[in-house]
Amino acid sequence: MAARELREAGLDRTVLLTVPGVLLVLLLFIYPFAYGLFLSFAPKTGGIWANYARFFGDERLYGTIAKTFWIALPATLLNLALALPMAYQLRRATRLQRAVTTALVVPITLGTVLVAEGMLNYLGPQGWLNRLLIDLHLVAAPVRLIHNYWGVLLSLVVTGFPFAFLLTLSYVTGIDPVLAQAAATLGAGRGRQFLHIYLPLLAPGLAITFCLSFVQAFSVFPSAILLGAPAGPTRVISIAAYQAAFEDYDYSMASAIAMLMGLAQLIVVVAVLGLRGVFYRGPAAGAKG
Amino acid sequence: MNAEGSATSGRRGWGGIVWAALVRALMTFFLINVAGVIASVVVSSFATRWLGTWLPAGYTMRWYGSAWDEFQLGDVLEVTVEIVLIVVALSILIGVPAAYALARKDFPGKRAVTLLFLLPLLVPPITYGIPLATVLYRLRLGGTETGVILANLVPAVPFVVLVMTPFIEQVDPRLEAAARVFGARLHRVFLHVLLPLLAPGILAAGLLVLVRTIALFELTFLVAGPDSQTLVVALYYSVFAAGVRATQSIDAMAVTYMVTTLVWLLLALRFVDPTQLVTRVKREAR
Repeated sequence: MAARELREAGLDRTVLLTVPGVLLVLLLFIYPFAYGLFLSFAPKTGGIWANYARFFGDERLYGTIAKTFWIALPATLLNLALALPMAYQLRRATRLQRAVTTALVVPITLGTVLVAEGMLNYLGPQGWLNRLLIDLHLVAAPVRLIHNYWGVLLSLVVTGFPFAFLLTLSYVTGIDPVLAQAAATLGAGRGRQFLHIYLPLLAPGLAITFCLSFVQAFSVFPSAILLGAPAGPTRVISIAAYQAAFEDYDYSMASAIAMLMGLAQLIVVVAVLGLRGVFYRGPAAGAKG
Repeated sequence: MNAEGSATSGRRGWGGIVWAALVRALMTFFLINVAGVIASVVVSSFATRWLGTWLPAGYTMRWYGSAWDEFQLGDVLEVTVEIVLIVVALSILIGVPAAYALARKDFPGKRAVTLLFLLPLLVPPITYGIPLATVLYRLRLGGTETGVILANLVPAVPFVVLVMTPFIEQVDPRLEAAARVFGARLHRVFLHVLLPLLAPGILAAGLLVLVRTIALFELTFLVAGPDSQTLVVALYYSVFAAGVRATQSIDAMAVTYMVTTLVWLLLALRFVDPTQLVTRVKREAR
């Protein structure tokens, strides 16, 4: 379809090179989404809204939204709060910057499943962290950090902070240091340079970093099962969707939950990007090289 | 750079020094804990018995042998290599030409096409993975290697497009024009002029896709059957069923996975900047 349209428009044949890629995304991404949306309105029993009515009528289902927010939001805020000062500190291209970024790529690359297994060892009652805390007489008995809320939150920091840091770093390094230099010449101290030069220019990048970090945290899945309490406080929305599909074999209900998960993410993204517009208007990328 | 330092260093008071130290201490604390998480897996995989002490009672290699047998690691590795290599090859074959068109031509709908390639990278895999798995199961591709490959192509192809487009933009179009003047057809220009010039970029993109596909859990988990699991999915199942097997055996498998991933990461880092693993995002900001 796309190919014929393009030919009719009298386009260069080179443009046809995009066709395989476009077809792939259309068939394996857009079509499944549309199909899922359609399927969610064709429930096993009941009218077209039956799946959604069931979701919002059952605490075990609608409760997952609040539980997911309650994990994803603090994790995202913490990751951003850590990433911003660290990326700012390391904004110059030094060997330290290269070493830190390389070290931080490792947890991202290893992924959530391996981090979960490592944290089960490390944070467990017999793990090194609890051992250290007890030997230092900071606690009397092992602190419980796995198979509960904290395990999942910490795992989202271990994989989410490096992601937020690398993103923020790429925005910070995109800002021309000449601008801060000019401000310094005019008598601005370090704090004021950050507050009045860097922060406004970083705002759009930070908004995007927040959105991407949040969307990732909101779709937390393996660590919520392996490190959390998947029957209780960390029964996040992706677990509900997975169970509907692969335990109840109710693909219609699973699609409905997946659509709601996407919708919740979309609402937050739109809200944050809208908020950005309220606080800052101007040439966002003006200082980017 | 130096000018900035000298212009501002005089203003750095005690507060600034304490703040800088605090930020560094936090970063060090984070990295130490990550190292602890990883080291505890490695140490445990070599432990004879490790209960209630700082370090194991003794060290052995035998868990690697038992993990190899228990988890059929030979089969799993074979499937993983097959799937990952096919995904890398196909994503480059499909992605590089698309990136070329996007880098060189302006055409109606270009913004829409770019957005289309961005979406699969913005939406988390578990969100689209469930409808995608449903469709693949309806097509009887669920549980097969073909299904797993198709699912993994969804983020891989757009990733190649986004990495390669700026790379191709840097190549001087006059080189192609010159080849065309001498009568070379599009495919010959591609093969004899562009391919050699693009080889470093293709290598980098391929390595990044390789690393990302080995580590991509959600899509493979949702689509794979017992015979089409990749290493990371097999690892998930063994951690999930922890208690059935010895922890050390699971950790031996985890180390196998870790080595498989990190070898390729180290290789990739020779060609790309670490931030490029998340570069896609920098592009979106435009």
